[in-house]
Amino acid sequence: MEHHSILRVVSKLLIPPILLYALYVQFHGEYGPGGGFQAGVIFAVAFILYALVFGIEAMTEILPPRLLLILSATGVLIFAGTGVVTMLLGDAYLGYNALAADPPHAQEWGIVIVEIGVGMTVAAVMMAIFVAFASHNPPIKDEDW
Amino acid sequence: MSAGLIGIAIIDILLFLFLVLIAITIARLRNLFAIAMLAGVFSLLSAGLFVTLDAMDVAFTEAAVGAGISTVLMLGTLALTVREEKPVTHSPFLPLLVCAITGAALIYGTLDMPPFGAADNPVQTHVAPYYLEQTPVEIGIPNAVAAVLASYRGFDTLGEVVVVFTAAIAVLLLLGGGGRSGRHDNVAGERKKD
Repeated sequence: MEHHSILRVVSKLLIPPILLYALYVQFHGEYGPGGGFQAGVIFAVAFILYALVFGIEAMTEILPPRLLLILSATGVLIFAGTGVVTMLLGDAYLGYNALAADPPHAQEWGIVIVEIGVGMTVAAVMMAIFVAFASHNPPIKDEDW
Repeated sequence: MSAGLIGIAIIDILLFLFLVLIAITIARLRNLFAIAMLAGVFSLLSAGLFVTLDAMDVAFTEAAVGAGISTVLMLGTLALTVREEKPVTHSPFLPLLVCAITGAALIYGTLDMPPFGAADNPVQTHVAPYYLEQTPVEIGIPNAVAAVLASYRGFDTLGEVVVVFTAAIAVLLLLGGGGRSGRHDNVAGERKKD
């Protein structure tokens, strides 16, 4: 896709705001619509757009499939591990009140932490599935579309 | 009925009309590329319906997952297979009959449902008032959806995240983990034979 200069320029302009927006959705989820699921998908979309325009190898250089697998498992472990930590601190599994002295503060901590786990898993899973599909495909010739 | 409600009703009718038109078009088309794109449009219109229901979080998810990622993954799958659906050889009457009976049963089922949006519906009187009243007190965040999702229903969300993770494991097992060049050549060879 070397000669598609409009696509290359526009996607280069778009990718940083998409990543920034994903982070906004992730960390603003307690105040507005959004949260880990949506943020993870938007984050993954930025990298998928990069891979579509600049080739799948350019993306796997930054994020090798093995790293994506590790990240997706890490997200689940962050979520599940938060529950173990609250149990060790003397509350129920995922009972966030044990995380800080006053309950609303502790709840917010718990929600932010597990949403990070959700976002990490969703983003890594979406990218891993895309890479699994795309790296089997021969590059699509322009006349095929 | 206020002007706002009439406006929402008109938008709802238009959105449903487009959904039905797209569904019929998808059923009649044979070009899988066009079908994948129309499925994305279908998701985006569903997201619009969720907006009119004030379900912003669901609309957001539908737009990002249904219209965004699903379409890309569908196109990725298309590139691995053929571009045209095989012509139907069997008679369409039995599937049509099954669809008609199922649809009639579903519509019959909705007749017993409480009126849409009424304040004394079971969904409004069960745990929802507790969540809405106690979220500012117990959780201290403005978005009640996030409070229910991550705290009150934290177990469910943990299950969902595990499901997403399992989906990735399943796809990677089926497709061989991605980044293997050997399979890549095979697929390219098979495509040339077509």
